[in-house]
Formats: sequence, C-alpha cells, structure tokens
Amino acid sequence: MEKRNTKTVSKLVLMVVGMFCFAFALVPLYDLLCDITGLNGKTGDRAYKYDAAILTPDKSRLIKVNFITNTNADMPWEFYSEKGGVRVHPGELKEVVFHVKNTTSRTMVAQAVPSVSPSVAAQYFHKTECFCFTQQQLKPGEELDMPMRFIIGPEIPGNIETVSLSYALFDITELAARGSLPSGQAG
Amino acid sequence: MNAVLESSHDAHHHGPVNTGLKRWLFTTNHKDIGTLYLWFSFSMFLIGGVLALIIRTELFQPGLQFIEPEFFNQMTTNHGLIMVFGAIMPAFVGLANWMVPLMVGAPDMALPRMNNLSFWILPFAFTMIISTLFMPGGGPNFGWTFYAPLSTTYAPDSVTFFIFAVHIMGASSIMGSINIIATILNMRAPGMTLMKMPLFVWTWLITAYLLLAVMPVLAGVVTMMLFDIHFGTSFFNAAGGGDPVMFQHIFWFFGHPEVYIMILPAFGVVSQIIPTFARKRLFGYDSMVYATSSIAFLSFIVWAHHMFTVGMPLAGQLFFMYATMIIAVPTGVKVFNWVSTMWQGSMTFETPMLFSIAFVILFTIGGFSGLMLAITPADYQYHDTYFVVAHFHYVLVPGALFSIIAAVYYWLPKWCGRMYDESLGKIHFWLSFIGVNVTFFPQHFSGLAGMPRRVPDYAMQFADFNMISSVGAFLFGFSQVFFLYVIIKAIKSGQPASDRVWEGAHGLEWTIASPAPYHTFTEPPVFDDSEVHS
Amino acid sequence: MLNKAQLFRNAAVCVSLAATWSLGADELNMRTGVTDISKAVYDLHMIMLWVCVIIGTVVFSAMFISMLLHRKSRGAIPATFHDSLKLEFAWTIIPMAILIALAIPATGTLIEMYDTGGEELSIEVRAYQWKWQYKYLDEDLNSTFSFFSNMSTPKDQIYNKEAKGEHYLLEVDNVLRIPTNRKVRFLITSEDVIHAWWVPDFGIKRDAVPGMLNDLWTLVNEPGTYRGQCTELCGKDHGFMPIVVEAMPEADYDAWYLKQVAAESARIEALSKTFSADELMLEGEKVYASFCASCHQLDGKGVPPVFPGLAGSSVAVGARDEHLRLVYEGVPGTSMAAFGKQLDAAQLAAVVHYERHAWGNNTDDITQPRDVINLFSAP
Repeated sequence: MEKRNTKTVSKLVLMVVGMFCFAFALVPLYDLLCDITGLNGKTGDRAYKYDAAILTPDKSRLIKVNFITNTNADMPWEFYSEKGGVRVHPGELKEVVFHVKNTTSRTMVAQAVPSVSPSVAAQYFHKTECFCFTQQQLKPGEELDMPMRFIIGPEIPGNIETVSLSYALFDITELAARGSLPSGQAG
Repeated sequence: MNAVLESSHDAHHHGPVNTGLKRWLFTTNHKDIGTLYLWFSFSMFLIGGVLALIIRTELFQPGLQFIEPEFFNQMTTNHGLIMVFGAIMPAFVGLANWMVPLMVGAPDMALPRMNNLSFWILPFAFTMIISTLFMPGGGPNFGWTFYAPLSTTYAPDSVTFFIFAVHIMGASSIMGSINIIATILNMRAPGMTLMKMPLFVWTWLITAYLLLAVMPVLAGVVTMMLFDIHFGTSFFNAAGGGDPVMFQHIFWFFGHPEVYIMILPAFGVVSQIIPTFARKRLFGYDSMVYATSSIAFLSFIVWAHHMFTVGMPLAGQLFFMYATMIIAVPTGVKVFNWVSTMWQGSMTFETPMLFSIAFVILFTIGGFSGLMLAITPADYQYHDTYFVVAHFHYVLVPGALFSIIAAVYYWLPKWCGRMYDESLGKIHFWLSFIGVNVTFFPQHFSGLAGMPRRVPDYAMQFADFNMISSVGAFLFGFSQVFFLYVIIKAIKSGQPASDRVWEGAHGLEWTIASPAPYHTFTEPPVFDDSEVHS
Repeated sequence: MLNKAQLFRNAAVCVSLAATWSLGADELNMRTGVTDISKAVYDLHMIMLWVCVIIGTVVFSAMFISMLLHRKSRGAIPATFHDSLKLEFAWTIIPMAILIALAIPATGTLIEMYDTGGEELSIEVRAYQWKWQYKYLDEDLNSTFSFFSNMSTPKDQIYNKEAKGEHYLLEVDNVLRIPTNRKVRFLITSEDVIHAWWVPDFGIKRDAVPGMLNDLWTLVNEPGTYRGQCTELCGKDHGFMPIVVEAMPEADYDAWYLKQVAAESARIEALSKTFSADELMLEGEKVYASFCASCHQLDGKGVPPVFPGLAGSSVAVGARDEHLRLVYEGVPGTSMAAFGKQLDAAQLAAVVHYERHAWGNNTDDITQPRDVINLFSAP
C-alpha cells in the first residue's frame, strides 16, 4: 500500500510541476499564436525582410491605412504621425514619419506598442523599419522624427478595405532603469 | 509528535489520542479533518455572505447610501474570492474527507499527515485575505477575476498578500487532490472496481485531476503578476512587450475548469441522494461517468467564451462558441438520467431529496442561461451584465451550495449519530428555495435591461429588480443562519439515527455504525453488489 | 375566512402586477435596439429563450409527473430498470441536432458583425479612468476634433441630497454624435486599464484594452439618443462612466460637424489670446468640475490621504510653474494623471488659475495660455 501510494503521489506531483511549467510555457505559446494568427492585432517586433525584385504592387487595389497614436496614462509627450492616413497598393513600400517630443522636465524612455485592426490584417502588415523595434530615450524638450516603412502583403483578403495601425506610447523609464526588459525590446 | 501521528493509526485506540485543541491541531483522522473543513467552509460562507449582504444593502436603492465605490469594489472582490476558494471548494473537500474513505472502504485517507497540513494552511490564507480589508489602501478591489493591469499596475499594495493567499490556497487544494486520488486509486475495498464506485467518488476523482491540472496554472499566473509588480518583468504589461489579454487567456484556462471543479462533486452528491429517496438504482451509471469525464475534458477548450468581447478573430470566436455549446450535451445527459432515476421510483421527500430536486431544476435553469451565453452575438449583449451574475449564481448557489446542504442533511446522521429535525429541515429548504429565486431571478431581467455588473449604483430603470433582489438576499442570508441552528440542534439533541439511516440507502458508508466510529474499515470490508446503487 | 379572502386579494394583486409587467415586456427582456444587428441579436436571443423554455417544460413536466405519481405515499413500487442504451443515445443525438440548428443562425449573425469595411465615418474611442474621449476622423483619416465625455449627474443626486433625474447616471456633458444611415466605424483603445464600450441599442460591445486597437461598427436606422455604460470593471468609478450617443439625421449631423470643425479652429486661435481673470475663473471652474472634481472634490477638500485637498495646499499656493508642471505631467505611480495630454493650453491655464484663486486660495498671479505654451515648449 505504502509503495503504491508513493508511486501515485510521485506521478501526481510530476503532473503538478508539469502544469506549473505549462503555465509559463503558455507565454511563448501565446506569442507564437499571435504571430501566426495576428491575434490581438500584434505585428511582430522584428523588421520584415523582403526582396524588392519579387514584390510587385497590386495596382488594382487601394487600401486605406490610418495611423492612430496615443500615449499611455502618465505620458504627456507629443506624439503624432505627419499624416492621419495614406492609401497604398498591396505590395507597395510606403514611408510615414512619426513625430515625438518629450514635453516634460525629466529624461524619459518610451516604448511604442503597435496594434492593427482588424486583427486579421496584422499578419499581412509588414514593417521593414519601425521605431517600435527600439526604445526612445528623450531629454527634456527633445524631439525626434521617426520614419516607419511598411508593405501590405498582396495576399491580404479582398474584403479588407481599411487597416488601422495604432501606436500606444508607454513610459518605460522605470523598467529601463531596472534593466529588466526582455532582450527583444532592448536597443 | 511523531508518536502521536502514528498512534492515531493504531486500531487499538477507539477515540482521538489528544483532547481539546490539540486533538484538532494534530489530527490525522479523515473524519476530524473532514469536520474541520466543513466548519471552516461554513464560517467562510457566513463571512462571504455578510459581504454579499453589504453589497445588496448598497444596491437596495439607487444612489450611494452606505459605502463608497472604492469599498464596494473590495466587497465584490472578496465576496467572490471567499465564496469560491473559502466556502464552496473546502466544503467539497470536507465532504470528500469524510465520505471517500467510508464509501470505498478505506481506513483513512492515503496520506493522513499531508491531509492535516492541507487543511491547516487554509485559515492562514483567509486570515491574510480578510486582513487586507483593514490595510491602508484597502484590500483587493479588482474583482475575483483580477484582470491585469487593474490588478498589477493599478492595484492597491495589498495585492501582494492576495497573491500569497492564492498560493497557499492552491497548495492546499493540490495536496488535498493528491490525497483524494491516492485514496481512490489505491485503497478501495476488494471487489470495488472503478465502474462500481459510487458516483460521488467518481466525480471527485475527476475533479481532483482537474484541480491538479489547473491550480498550478493559477499559481503560475499569480506568480507572473508578482514578478510584474515587484521585479519589473512584463508578462502582462504592454509597455514592456507583454499583453494584458494574455492574462485573461491564462486566467480562464484555469478559471473555466475551476467552475466545473465547483459543480462536478455536486453532480456526485445528487447522484447519491436521488437514488436513495427514489428507492431505485441510478439510471445510466456508465453514461454518468462518461458524461462527467467529457465535461471535464471540454472544460479545457472553452475558456475564451469568457472573453468574447476582447476582440478575437472570427475563427476563434466561432471555435469557442461551438465548443461551449457542445457542453450542453453531456450536461443534458446527466439531467435526463436524474429524471429517469426518479421515474417509476418510490419517492419520499426528506430534506436532502428536496434540496437535490431543487438542484436539478435550478441548476438546469442556470445551464439554460449558460447556453444562451454561449451564443457569441447574443453574448455581446449579456457579457458583464447582471444576466451573467444571475447565470453563475444559479449554478453556484442552488447548484453547488444546495448540493452541499443536501449532503450535510444526508450524511449528518452518519457523522454524529443523530437525526436533524425533519420539519425544521423542510422549513430551511423552503426559505432557501424562495430566497434564492427572489434574489437571483430578477437579476436576469436587470441584466437584459442593461445593468452592468460590479457597479455600486445604477440607473432608475433597474430600481425595482434590485430592491426585490436585496429583499431575497436577506431572506436567503437569514435562512442560512437558521440552517446553523438546525444543525446544532441535531448535533446536541437530535433523535438517535439507525445505522442505515435512510430506507433506500446503499453503499459501504451505511454498513457501519451511526455515529461512525473514530476508526472504520481497519479491516477491508467485503464489497458485494447489494451495496451498489449509484 | 377573512384570512382566506385577504390571501385571494393579495394573489389577485400579484397576478395583475405580473400582467402589467409582461405587458411592458420591454423592461423584462433584451432591447430590440435600432440597428439591423441588434435586431438579429434580439431574434437569436428569443430563439434561444424559447428553445430553453420548451426543453425546460418537457424535462420539468416529466419530473413533476414523476414526483406526483411515483411517490411512496401513493404506494408506488420502485421499478428495477437502470439502463437503456437507446435512451442514452437518443438524448445525446437530439440535443446535438438542436444545437447545430441553433449554431447556424448564430454563425450567420456573427459573420455579419465582423463585416467591417465600407464605412463612411471613423471615430476613435479612447477610454480613461473614468471617462471617454471621442476623436472624429475626416475623409483622409486625419483627426479633426475631439472631446471628452464625462458623466454629468451631479454628486448631490448620487448622495441622495436631491431628487434623481430621469437619466440618472446615464447622462454626459458631451454627447457622441453620429449620423443615421451611414456606417460608422469605431476604433477603440484605452489609455490605462481595460474598459468596455457598450451601447445596448446598437447590439455592440467591445473591450478597450491598453496597447491594443479594437474595431466595431454600427449603422443606426432611427434618430434618437441611446445610452450605455462601461461594462468592464475599471476601478473606483466604473459605475460612473456612461456612454451617450445621439444618432442625428444626416443633414443635421453634417451641419453639426461643420460647426465643430469651425469651433476647433476657434479653439486653436484662443491659445494665443489673453484672458481676463474673470474669464479664466469661469472657464477654470468648468474644467475643474469635469476633470478634477471626481477626486479632489468640488469644494477642493479632496479625500485625504488618497486624494489630497487643494484648498490651501502647498502646490496650489506655491510656485506657479511647479503647479502647472504637476498638472501637466501628473505624479507617476499615483492616481494623478498627466493632464497635459487631455487639456489644451487654454484649459490648463484656466484650471490652474482657478485652483490658485478658489476656496480661499489667493495667489496674486494670473495664468495665460501662452504661459503654458512657453513653459512646455522651452527646449
């Protein structure tokens, strides 16, 4: 009896430990799922590699892309895009400049978090260059023009006419000071 | 200490080794620990009930009369936490402690010392939770679902105590479940095969596996919160590359099986009681076991139906809608089986039977509103309104709670050797039945009319329903104090109970004396088919 | 006998009450709403409801018949059957078929709801603790004007010091206006915690999640005022952030829209104007009431220690620029938000001037919009 109990218990303890690890494994699994399906409108945090020779703009379609900028709770920075929206052909490379300014009296570090709506469009929204891949550290009063280049994949479903890209600027001064940011976010 | 623990296994002792407080602190006896769990959960039930009545008092009329919104949020949060983790779950663990060894013919739980530990850490967890209410900044105020970032970046300082308390409760549940599984798998009387086990044992076996699967996930999610709050990680913080929506996915991966953890043992209890008072074997035993298993399995793939409004892609919404609707099938099978058990039986309606019948009816109503909530387009209108509040209270109060009350009336004579007063029991039933419906039925209407949940004040058109609801809540609250009286009266001065107690009762627990001796089944009993009935 | 008569009378009253209620069934049921979507959702809801009622009636009737007939007191002898594969099979297959039948219309409606695109107007909806901001986008999706929408129910009504109005808790200072008969797309996000935007009459609800953009659309058929509330617990004043939408006939809407665009240019012009102390006090009081009073209270006494009072506070009577900075940048880690992003220079000047001269505070300075601009655009 004792032996059987020990055996049962060790199996069950193994299961508990496994499930605890599984909870943490859900984090990368979730990110992977987001990458594949565009769940939550995430656009990935790495530059898109493309071959200009292969990519041909689909002149028959014109997609409206609009840019939404906002700064999270305690961030009184100025942050806006030069244009509210642009019209692009799928497969065409486009550049938009975002302007940011630290209006406070202290040096702050910011991180822009992108999100695309409708979320299914996220997987076709490729950025070749984006300020959201890095952090922005600005001194009091300092300002910066930040280009963002993107291509909308030609395979984007036909019923999508408008794509909205939002950037939420978060204050990560404290996080950056603690040096506890995931490596994918750093520099 | 060691000697004490070991000698309590000694069959030569006929009673507890220690007396007084020491008996309860050091006990490893499954009956003592079961009793401790049951009294603990009842006291938590009363505390959680007081919080509910504070909520209902404030909501009696529109306007703010008694408490401020900040405190109101602490009340809803702690009411949920205490009822789920302090009242319902420990009550079922208490029932399991008392009844599983008796039903499978085991002398005690498989790991008696761990059993002691898993109970005695619980009071610490709840003292911690309740003490947060008196801390500067107040207690947890982010709802029992503690969505980030309200529970991380925006939380009161007491959130750390909340996290530790959840860890402790989780540890307690995990140890309890390991114990129950080991007892059921290894200590059954000869002749009791898995498919001859009483259904209460079956449902607990499945529940214990669910607990082992999801309590570590809950521990994981609160650990991530802890790291986000104190160590600068960014699991749920969008600023650092995390995602608050991921919190909801992980939480509900725990949370949905959790709601079945609270209802599967209730299915078991009802499946014991209805055959007894119908004097007829449970209909469709095998299908009951399969239905319970499939509900447990499905509970892992429906979590996102709590998050239909969060903005998932269409494919995701459809998958979770279909999966959720399928749950209605095995649940329906259970209800049909209970009705068929009653069909052409020879029924009497003692208090446990009344509570069980009310369970079947009212739980089914809760199931219906659950099916409505599964329909995604309609869910947009129901989500986070009082319709949801009505739904989950229908499955938890006349569902889980009624089954616990039924179980107490059903097995109390075996525990203490005395009968409760049948007419008082019936009065308790009718007061509870009326109270619960007056409280929660109108909440369907206020929800459909558009009243959000977790609000301290509401627009004028919801006033009538809220007033009715508050009156019902006080009636229900009062009837549970009356329940306490009925129980104490039975323990002190009830008529002596026979060994079999109920005419139609079958099962090993009824083959021993009433009250159950301190040590039972020190020699494995012989289990033959005459005791099979559920 | 008398007792019985009373009982009957009471029963009659109850029945007639129930009858009146079911006649005014609106109060008991989901709203039909004013969009095609909300009507489709209502139909789904009713189908579900009736299916549940019918199944419930069948199952509960069987139960009650059994309880009536198969009781020991009537001498019922228990049968011995306890299994039937046929029955188990039947009550697995039949519910399955019913569910499939229900899933079909539900899927259709859901696909319709997800049919974004083809919109004629986009509005950004931003959630804050505890108010909404609406930003109107033009043809080219440039932001034209924006405003905050705060609950306008007075504190005295909430604390029962005066009678509650008709739209108690469901009224706002600035109403969101949309045209009828045009597809409007809402882009929803949050600046702090998770909120949810819900207008029951449109049949739509969506969470506002920080760092995530959600979209939602509606096409309203009938002009009117429609009310909703935040439906995701978002902290202290979760119950006090209503949503009010006025759907206007298209022509009225266009006229209103042009007026707003003009007002926006006037606002920008005002940033370079010089105001008198009285004008500043008047405007400041308004801004204070909408943005500051929920924490610091109308009487400036606050709710210490969480929300400090401003009457006589070291900030409100201390150095002016420090005071401006605090309002502009907020205090990280506390409930004090950075209002620099919510208020323009004119509003900031007015509210700071007001705080320095109200409730017995009496600094002899005056704050003009250009002071604000100068302070925050200095390199």
